[in-house]
Amino acid sequence: MEDIAKTLIGRFGSITRRKSADWPAFNVPASRILDVCRFLRDDFGYDVLIDITAVDWEHESPRFSVVYHLLSTAKATYIRLVCPCIHDHKPSIQSVESLWPAANWHEREAYDMFGIHFEDHPELSRILMWDGYPYHPLRKEFPLAGIDTDLPLDDKDIDLGDGAKAIAAPMMGGPFHATPGEPMSHAEPHGSDESWTEKHPKPEEGK
Amino acid sequence: MSPTEYAYNSKVEGEVIVSKLDAVINWVRKNSVWPMPMGLACCAIELMGSAASRFDVSRFGMEVMRFSPRQADCMIVAGTVTYKMAPVVRRIYEQMAEPKWVIAMGACASTGGMYRSYATMQGVDRIVPVDVYVSGCPPRPEALIDALMKLQNQVISKERSVKGLFKPREDLA
Repeated sequence: MEDIAKTLIGRFGSITRRKSADWPAFNVPASRILDVCRFLRDDFGYDVLIDITAVDWEHESPRFSVVYHLLSTAKATYIRLVCPCIHDHKPSIQSVESLWPAANWHEREAYDMFGIHFEDHPELSRILMWDGYPYHPLRKEFPLAGIDTDLPLDDKDIDLGDGAKAIAAPMMGGPFHATPGEPMSHAEPHGSDESWTEKHPKPEEGK
Repeated sequence: MSPTEYAYNSKVEGEVIVSKLDAVINWVRKNSVWPMPMGLACCAIELMGSAASRFDVSRFGMEVMRFSPRQADCMIVAGTVTYKMAPVVRRIYEQMAEPKWVIAMGACASTGGMYRSYATMQGVDRIVPVDVYVSGCPPRPEALIDALMKLQNQVISKERSVKGLFKPREDLA
């Protein structure tokens, strides 16, 4: 593992090591991500892209980081790359779809959930939410229960006329948890705050 | 002819049966519901099980799973309806010919189930009219068969008149 770190840092001076509990991890600047990935794939045999995801650090800058997990099937080792995006307001980074076609849908998901723009992606569109959905739900400012949004039912053939829309679903103060050690009748997962339910509407802000 | 003949006897009654058209048509509908599996999640596995030999929904005349909405009478919404899928479910429901029924199978299709999130519709009855709800996560095949039998009772007992079915179309008259 150490030789990978030495080679990477020697070849790309701007790479730094990152604290990791398992596999080696590196901070990679956004401008070098494509070069580093190509180098790891061609010279170190990291032939499988396991996952691309992102982290929203909310108040920090750079706000968004993209996380890559690579696997070498020959050596059975993983490597993790963390790459801060360039802009906080409209984050963007180079697409690695040209190296691993598997990146296509992972990057679409990261775009859908975090709003990160992957440059040179062949078709960067939403993958989980519908086209035209106005939010990126995994950003920190997005509320856990969701936001009321019109559904894409504008087609007159399927229009109900009842204004069906995406509604904010009460979370009952989730995330839900069960206290260990309680009797089973009390160990049912419950929210810590159940003030807002279907029966009791959400209290208005500031009251 | 035996003295205890309860069945229809053409020699006695002639080749005539007297009934109500509603009753006859609804009896036909009841015993030949063609379901359309709207399999969206794990409930679809139990739906398949209910059609297979162990549970065998064909005992009730419902073995003809139609994957074309044009040929189906009863849409079985089996699984989680996401907001992205909702317009598709709605469109397929619109493509089914009247009369048509909907079964919401399982907790997700009935209420959103354990998914309280920005992505999940909190019950498919927000976009299509549901006739029977089935509880369970997922329901056992017996529960689905019970729901289909309840639907049969609805078909035969609810006054869904067949008036207009044989009305001459005005544009052809």
